[in-house]
Amino acid sequence: LSRIGDELYLEPTESGLSLRAVNSSRSAFASFLFAPLFFQLYEPGGAGPDAELFRCKVHMKSLLGIFRSLPSLEKSVGKCLILLKPRASRLVLQLHCKYGVTKTHNLTFQECERLQAVFDTQRCASRLCAPARVLAEAVVHFPPMLAEVTLGTGPGGKISLRNYVEDEAEPSKTMVTELWLAEDEFQSVAVAPGSHITFCLKEFRGLLSFAEASNLPLTIHFDEPGRPMIFTLDDTVLEVHLVLATLSDLESNSQSPSTNGVSHLPAPSDNFADDLESYMAAMETSEGPSEGPPSPTFPLRTPRPAESEPEEEREEEEEEEEGAVPGTPPHKKFRSLFFGSVMTPGRPSPATTQEVLAEDSDGES
Amino acid sequence: MPFSAQPPASGERYALSASLDNARHLSSLLRAVHFQDHATCFATASGLRVTVEDAKCIQANAFIQAEIFQEFSVQEESVVFRVSLSVLLDCLTIFGTSSLPGTSTALRMCYRGYGYPLMLFLEEGGVVTVCKINTQEPDELLDFDFCSTKVINKIILQSEGLREAFAELDMTSEVLQITMSPDKPYFRLSTFGNAGSAHLDYPRDSDLMEAFHCTQTQTNRYKISLLKPSTKALALSCKVSIRTDAQGFLSLQYMIRNEDGQICFVEYYCCPDEDVTEGEL
Repeated sequence: LSRIGDELYLEPTESGLSLRAVNSSRSAFASFLFAPLFFQLYEPGGAGPDAELFRCKVHMKSLLGIFRSLPSLEKSVGKCLILLKPRASRLVLQLHCKYGVTKTHNLTFQECERLQAVFDTQRCASRLCAPARVLAEAVVHFPPMLAEVTLGTGPGGKISLRNYVEDEAEPSKTMVTELWLAEDEFQSVAVAPGSHITFCLKEFRGLLSFAEASNLPLTIHFDEPGRPMIFTLDDTVLEVHLVLATLSDLESNSQSPSTNGVSHLPAPSDNFADDLESYMAAMETSEGPSEGPPSPTFPLRTPRPAESEPEEEREEEEEEEEGAVPGTPPHKKFRSLFFGSVMTPGRPSPATTQEVLAEDSDGES
Repeated sequence: MPFSAQPPASGERYALSASLDNARHLSSLLRAVHFQDHATCFATASGLRVTVEDAKCIQANAFIQAEIFQEFSVQEESVVFRVSLSVLLDCLTIFGTSSLPGTSTALRMCYRGYGYPLMLFLEEGGVVTVCKINTQEPDELLDFDFCSTKVINKIILQSEGLREAFAELDMTSEVLQITMSPDKPYFRLSTFGNAGSAHLDYPRDSDLMEAFHCTQTQTNRYKISLLKPSTKALALSCKVSIRTDAQGFLSLQYMIRNEDGQICFVEYYCCPDEDVTEGEL
């Protein structure tokens, strides 16, 4: 959650303790819901059965400081007690350690409104499910500071991942990485053919590490470009959602083929080793093979495999994509996520409009 | 003035002359009190004491008794000089700080007396380095007048239990508050930082507690920036004794076992912070 935002929202509910975070541009939202069974004792409390459960937010840094070293926590801490004391204005975290030692942290918090992004996995046309390991191994090929990737589908059920290159990027300074995953690497694939979606990788990496560590399969729900993309992890006592805004595809309508229109590129055949050889051969000669892997496209170029300009050689350069600021999707085209108003979490999101409904929930009285 | 690479003949009269087979026995202890650039060295027949002070509030002493040295001779009744501790440590560790088993730096230390520099001869693997460190007038040092008869509360803890706590102290807090009491919470370390307060409680019956003699409930605050350097001594030690007197002065004594199993001591004394108030519970 700290990879998403600087504040942790705590919301005790009847169905468990929800921890949430949102990023500053409101284009990423994550929530972890721990069911009551996850805890030895869970009392959401409240003055009476009708009283609204208290919620608050704390600085992420304060909590990270308490849970700083996982190995030492595992070694020395037996139990953790979390108490929310609205009247004392304190969130109490008490760690019961070995040798009878008790560490008590009394943290200040801020009251806040409910933080909830509006999304509906049912309305997503495409869904993928894969073990976290598969995705982690795929993502490792991209530079750590890379901001956006495009996930696409190709014929034969293959799924591609490719770094997103901005239009304005100079071809000579851009490195494009693309990889294809076979359908059988996934636990389930239900995708609209020819679909693609671009999202911020950095915010996804945090969830991916968590999924890997907890050995849970990751489900990805997505729809049209511009609509939120939802990553979920499910367990008997834990429900995790990560909602990311995606790049809307305004350009691809006017310019065909789009720069990242993966659907226009033929997917590599299954004979990868041969493909790679002929691909490399195509780079060196001026005649492209009639079939085989496509040359990577650069902005403003049509992606014909027989591209023979010297620019192709520049792909050999090791220079990184020019500096997208990590952490926030800098692209103006990323829409803020729809954030529902406080009262109606279950409301279906307005389907047709591209309007930004991102209300600043903190500003609501 | 040229000086040879040979240590002086033992016939020469030196106010202090000492030999140590493993310079680390000295350097590791000195590092535990190295929070200021300068230190005052005292040598008596019983051994060497190195004192560092700061802000007229805190004093640390490292004791290396004569028995630790292979040779230790003090010709005058007492020998006192001030020297740059940073330079002294750099010289003692001139062959590097990594401790490979079997290799050690041998040290011979000579001091002719008032006005003369401190001479160090260091040898490792046949290579000899000669260092000459200028000495200065000793400072007047604080006398905390802390004696065992005035102690109100005393506990002895195994250092293992405190190491992590001290390393992770919330440095956004200006003070470290220490509560010692015959009743709950018995022994409590508290900080009051930007995120809120934090309390670390050690019960009197904890396995870490080697001795617990608290007669009165006392809560005292000390500037955390002054006490933080004591973490180094804590890291080296196996046991620590924590004592406070009626005025709230704090004495921390660390028992340190060196590589050869010999025992040395480092102690820290600290004055309480001005506004002494009862801490939050």
